[in-house]
Amino acid sequence: MSSIPYYPAAERPQTYLNWSYRVKSWLLTKDHKRIAILYMLSITLFFFVGGAAAVAMRIHLLTPDGTLVQADTYNRLFTLHGVVMVFFFLIPSIPAVLGNFLIPLMIGAKDLAFPRINLASWYFYMAGGLCAVIALVAGGVDTGWTFYTPYSSIYSNTNVVWAIAGIFLAGFSSIFTGLNFIVTIHKMRAPGMTWFKMPLFCWAHYATSIIQVLATPVVAITLVLVIVERVFRAGIFDPSLGGDPVLFQHLFWFYSHPAVYIMVLPAMAVVSEIIPCFARKPIFGYAFIAFSSVAIAVFGFLVWGHHMFVSGESLYSALIFSALSFSVAIPSAVKVFNWTATLYKGSISSATPMLYALGFIGLFTMGGLTGLFLATLGIDIHVHDTYFIIAHFHYIMVGGAVMAYLGGLHFWWPKITGRMYPEFLGKVSACIIFLGFNLTFFPQFLLGYLGMPRRYHSYPPEMQVLNVMSSAGASILAVGYLLPLGYFIWSLRYGKIAPANPYLATGLEWQTTSPPPPENFDAPPVVTEGPYRYDLMRSQLGTPLVMDGSETQLTGSVGL
Amino acid sequence: MDTSFRLLPLQASDHAASVDRLTLGLLLVSVFFTLLIATLVIFFAIKYRRRPASPSDLSEAPKTGQKHGALALEITWTVIPLILVVFMFVAGARVFVRSQQPPSDAMAFSVIGKQWMWIAQHPTGVRETNALHVPAGKPIRLLMISEDVIHDFGLPAFRMKQDVLPGRYTSEWFEPTVPGEYHLFCDQYCGSEHSKMVGTIYVMEPAQYRQWLEGRPADVPPRVAGEKLFAQYGCVTCHAARGPTMAGLYGRNVDLEGGGTVIADENYLRESILYPSAKITRGYPPIMPSFRGQLTEEQVMDLVIYIKSLAGATSEPYQLQNVGPATQPSRAIPGPGPFQPTQMPKEQP
Repeated sequence: MSSIPYYPAAERPQTYLNWSYRVKSWLLTKDHKRIAILYMLSITLFFFVGGAAAVAMRIHLLTPDGTLVQADTYNRLFTLHGVVMVFFFLIPSIPAVLGNFLIPLMIGAKDLAFPRINLASWYFYMAGGLCAVIALVAGGVDTGWTFYTPYSSIYSNTNVVWAIAGIFLAGFSSIFTGLNFIVTIHKMRAPGMTWFKMPLFCWAHYATSIIQVLATPVVAITLVLVIVERVFRAGIFDPSLGGDPVLFQHLFWFYSHPAVYIMVLPAMAVVSEIIPCFARKPIFGYAFIAFSSVAIAVFGFLVWGHHMFVSGESLYSALIFSALSFSVAIPSAVKVFNWTATLYKGSISSATPMLYALGFIGLFTMGGLTGLFLATLGIDIHVHDTYFIIAHFHYIMVGGAVMAYLGGLHFWWPKITGRMYPEFLGKVSACIIFLGFNLTFFPQFLLGYLGMPRRYHSYPPEMQVLNVMSSAGASILAVGYLLPLGYFIWSLRYGKIAPANPYLATGLEWQTTSPPPPENFDAPPVVTEGPYRYDLMRSQLGTPLVMDGSETQLTGSVGL
Repeated sequence: MDTSFRLLPLQASDHAASVDRLTLGLLLVSVFFTLLIATLVIFFAIKYRRRPASPSDLSEAPKTGQKHGALALEITWTVIPLILVVFMFVAGARVFVRSQQPPSDAMAFSVIGKQWMWIAQHPTGVRETNALHVPAGKPIRLLMISEDVIHDFGLPAFRMKQDVLPGRYTSEWFEPTVPGEYHLFCDQYCGSEHSKMVGTIYVMEPAQYRQWLEGRPADVPPRVAGEKLFAQYGCVTCHAARGPTMAGLYGRNVDLEGGGTVIADENYLRESILYPSAKITRGYPPIMPSFRGQLTEEQVMDLVIYIKSLAGATSEPYQLQNVGPATQPSRAIPGPGPFQPTQMPKEQP
């Protein structure tokens, strides 16, 4: 049965990867797929930089007085971790890597609408990253990723301006990506690809893009104002200069709360693709999942005030923001129920991407439900600015977004690289990450309720046991993240050659070769069916390469 | 302080108990939904697991009649969470609103935060750094301001927390019920020694508290210090004749030049001392000089406390205006009277 066609090197079909090996062909590429690869390499680098800072913090917090670093160093570590992970990893992660690679493929387009802007976005991102690295090398920043004024604008003696310049530049990359996605999804869908035949991945990215385009300018301007006050002593945020410190928080969270949905909506996008594929069922409640993405994007703009329940916000504002914050829970719950219902009477595989997707459902559910505690005013006052918050948003951002990113990376790895990842190691690492994650962050809910404030370099002795548990979990989590790094690199050379459609998935991206040719499709695709017709596929396609871990042999019938 | 391992924080006020009840309620809902989702996912994943690979499995005829969505289900799982969150909102808001309204007989403390210490002053004038001694069974209200960056006066055992801002007063109140020693944390990141900006709240029996207070070196009560400043800086010259009178000002509506009114609360008084031209009382010329740079935050606070006392207020509505200013005469020293529990609406479970 082993019928992979063997091509001599010279006759191998041209793919986006092999048409040229020159450095220039990468650095000046306008191919969305190559730009996605550039992004993938850069965000991976930043992920491990931010991760190293997290490991250092967790080692430090093993004892109440701290084991590793001085307070000033600790403050730089958590700022580095936050800035790098939020602005240079999470925000670009799924949209700029998977979204960039897949959206044109999924809607049957040759590229994004503005290929040059897409390339420019990567350069803006890298320029921003360079500024952040300069800030880091030149002594670090100690404001926290939230840059609260007047500490950041007047009092901090660290490289705030460089760090902010970096975020400002990276903001443009985010805006460019969002703009590109919106125009591409509007104008470049293949014939027959109506809005409601579009994969949910595209719906969620459309919603994400709206947030990127509308909210990012606000944070960019806000951060510039911090620089203006810092450099020119213009009274904007510091009351001793006539400013208002809480104004900064309003402006900052007007972006940064929706930014949470920039991170999690694409994660939902990935999960909405993986689950129907590995349950072999059409997704349950397509329209509800699609519109819940839009609802989350819209409601996300109305809830920023819940970051200021203890900042001196008026009682009435607090009540209104609390009520609005609860509204985000509804579309989120709708998604979780629909994913779960999709599993019903499916034919469920336990392949690696599915393990990540199911893990996502569990962790996102916990992250979302603990969000309700924070929207509840009486409870929020107690847990605000404690480890409860840390635990909550890591459940959403790491348990949610990073799990989904890794799930998506495994799912589309064959498409991106033309190689299969090792299935067994994939499953092992998914399990390690799930366990390590829970051990790291669940104790932090308890620490937060105990009252342990965030950003503390030392803590009272009665909190040590839970801190040690969390640090132990972090070391497991670190192993879980290093494993995929290792076997993904390994697979580039030694992985099985991937067929066009190793999972027998629906979706246009699986209709082209793996990896795709530079122009994506040999012939322009025409769409006649909805995106998740797994009910129609059983008789039409052969045996998938990845079913339940026992990889079967390739059949020649797979692929076009 | 007890430093042995604990899973749940100490509970040292009635408010703490009601927050914990609220948390328990949400926890039950959350555990229910987490278990529901987890059980369904695991159950489906096992029950409908893919059978061992054989090509025939996949080439079977498509299942017919499979539902891809069901409106009734979608409505159900939209409406049920909606109802639940409405309950959560209401329950949380009730506890919160109460926690933001200090009873009118609360003892008034002032707190100044600065990098990296807390300075608290008792109504009698006694000062403490990174510590606060309070009597059990009395509501305590803190009037707080920062001299530099934003801090936060966090009291986990009382489930209370409030940012302490530069340039603007905020306030926080709690009623300790259980004598003991409790953590005070700065909960808003404020620079190098943020994690050292901690202290202890000592809750004492009222008799013990009085004893402790008497053992401390006597100091000028803030109201008296304010009165002195009021004379020393010549405030009295105008505000007895040409300027608006301070008597009964606090808590009243003030008509402003150019229309509009403002309630004369602590922040209005502070602003009027430091930025007199910001809000001009109608009918008076804008001739008051600014005292910005001449007075320390503590002196401004003393003046505010003095001006408040001219309206007969030791405490006042904060943020919610439907509670009228207290009318009982000022008390520099808290009454040694018997413990009187504050009348508060009991929470409906």
